[in-house]
Amino acid sequence: MSSTTGPIGLRADAPAGGKTSLPLSIAAGNLLALTHIYTATLVLGIGALFGMLQGLSRANFIIMPPAFDYYRMLTAHGVLMALVFTTFFITGLFTYCVYTTMPRVRSTKLGWAGYLVMLLGTAMAAVAILDGSASVLYTFYAPLKASPVFYFGATLLIAGTWFVALDVFLNVSIWKRANAGERVPLPAFLATCTLIMWMIATLGVVAEMALLIPWSLGWTSGIDVGLTRMLFWYFGHPLVYFWIMGAYTIWYTVVPSTYGGKIFSDSLTRLSFIMLLLLSTPVGLHHQFLDPGIAAGWKWMHMLLTYGVVIPSFMTAFAIFASFEQAARKAGVTGFISIVRWLPWKNPVFAGPALGMILFIFGGFGGIVNSSYSMDVLVHNTMWIVGHFHITVGGPVALTFIGATYGLVPMLTGRKLFAPKLALIQVYLWFIGMVIMSTAMHWAGLLGSPRRTSDVTYFGAQGAATWHGQMVWASAGGVIIAISVLLFVVVATGTFLADQRAQDAPSSFAFASTRGALATPPAFDRLTRWGIVAIALALLAYAGPLAEHLSAHVYLAPGMRTW
Amino acid sequence: MHIHRAERLWLIFGVSMLAVFLAVITTAAVVDGFVPPSHVQSIDPTKVSQTPPFDHPGLRQVGADAYEVYYVARIFAFTPATVTIPRGAHVTFFVTSADVEHGFSIPETGVNAAVTPGWVSEVSHTFATPGTFLLICNEYCGSGHQLMAAKVIVQ
Repeated sequence: MSSTTGPIGLRADAPAGGKTSLPLSIAAGNLLALTHIYTATLVLGIGALFGMLQGLSRANFIIMPPAFDYYRMLTAHGVLMALVFTTFFITGLFTYCVYTTMPRVRSTKLGWAGYLVMLLGTAMAAVAILDGSASVLYTFYAPLKASPVFYFGATLLIAGTWFVALDVFLNVSIWKRANAGERVPLPAFLATCTLIMWMIATLGVVAEMALLIPWSLGWTSGIDVGLTRMLFWYFGHPLVYFWIMGAYTIWYTVVPSTYGGKIFSDSLTRLSFIMLLLLSTPVGLHHQFLDPGIAAGWKWMHMLLTYGVVIPSFMTAFAIFASFEQAARKAGVTGFISIVRWLPWKNPVFAGPALGMILFIFGGFGGIVNSSYSMDVLVHNTMWIVGHFHITVGGPVALTFIGATYGLVPMLTGRKLFAPKLALIQVYLWFIGMVIMSTAMHWAGLLGSPRRTSDVTYFGAQGAATWHGQMVWASAGGVIIAISVLLFVVVATGTFLADQRAQDAPSSFAFASTRGALATPPAFDRLTRWGIVAIALALLAYAGPLAEHLSAHVYLAPGMRTW
Repeated sequence: MHIHRAERLWLIFGVSMLAVFLAVITTAAVVDGFVPPSHVQSIDPTKVSQTPPFDHPGLRQVGADAYEVYYVARIFAFTPATVTIPRGAHVTFFVTSADVEHGFSIPETGVNAAVTPGWVSEVSHTFATPGTFLLICNEYCGSGHQLMAAKVIVQ
């Protein structure tokens, strides 16, 4: 069995004694993963502050000054949360997954190169957003024309992740050669599978950048708006699955270790990730249901495929709850209520992801509504959508990453978690804030309130009168979440600065062992082949709409800065 | 590879549920015509004001109870700003943008479409109840996006 039963990572090189005179030194591979995770933590802190101010603006409690107006802040919030926080956490997590389950003496140069390119890209995009030359929101829909610095920055952020992916692929391939015939350890498998999906998906946005950059530099006079939208959403939906696969990696392999459980099934875990690899990309048109220039039949096909990608999530839900039940029964606990009570709700490494799972039940239902073709008409571009992605990426994904950070930081640094009670309060506060905010957003959306709008009073128009109450509730939820994020930053940075050596081996972040890894069909491990199938599926799903688009008489739009 | 019996049942339940959803949505699309706006007609976004019928945006009666309205979306207003139609009218809206991406939404009616420069969007609705309906741009289009609204008055 190649599955791992405990923390076998590059352990912190910690001197004896409680409080040390010198800061604890950290092994090179751990430092790389840790740097990614602290970058994500800091970004989450800034992003949440902007989010809170947006909520207060929309509820008409405050008006943002012209020097830092609502849309500039909204762009910063969206880019930081959707593209920067999530990406840095996931690249750090996957680096950790591969480095720990495939231990060897290795160079971390490629990994660091990736981190620095990502950081440079983020800094460039941030400068463009802050100086007001890129208030185009995180979807940067052409022909809104941002400064080239923004597009270059975003491209570098993606390019940096390719370095990280290459580092992961090289490590896995070296390990495979040294361990012929053995199964790829599950955490490394999940990381590789997700990053192959990510490589395929990011080709779309890089192709879009190849159109946007020369246009924003003034080298081309117009832009094919329909094509850029299609390329963006070719990337935009798998982006969502990139987050979810990062969270699922923790749900499958780490969460069971917090209650002494095992991974329910090695083969089904691998199968669900292969399905996610295949089906995450050929579904992007469900974000363009209301777009002109794309015939309804293609949209129907993408709805069908989107329903397909729900199946691995059903499998994941089953596996998680089955793992709970098996561990509880082994401990002599039976019955639904008793099992729920038996779970370690006081451990933030468990409570974060587990509370996220509860939110995801509702997020999943909402997602099926959004992907349902004609039903999407009722909610498209309303606050419902904002509620939906806050209860998904802001719920299960962020809470899982936060909970994992509470496990990872002690694990990577050999330090004790600073103020563990504060960490526990933090995850519950987030949950409460998100329930309030997301419910209000969903409700406002059903009443017709638009998203991405600084003020929704419309000069006191009758139709807009019912929205204000929900905006007040949403802002209250936003304030609670911002307080929660502040506590998170305090605990995460406090753990590093307090520099308290953990007395016993840090055990809160460990990969659980699997059952029957050897029973898994070897074909599951042939990820290069699955990647080729995924590319073929994506091409098939987009060949029709793309051919239709290119055969139409397409006019280019010159583009402008409207802010 | 072994799949636990309980998991098989769970997956059968889940997939059946999706199949029912798919059947309902597809039946509604084929039988009742409930499809999202998917008009395929291109237009030069730099020549909207010279291209008929968008050179004269506004209301046209095309049948006893049937109307068409041609809208031009431009930062940060719709033309025409106000349209008055009789109660019970079946209205088809044709919308195009002369600059950036816009949205076209009449909250609580199901009228909702993306407006992409270079393309004409089409969406229709029967207004059964009288009242003043708010028509808004629901896609971010710039610093005055929150001001971009018009009125549909049903008498």
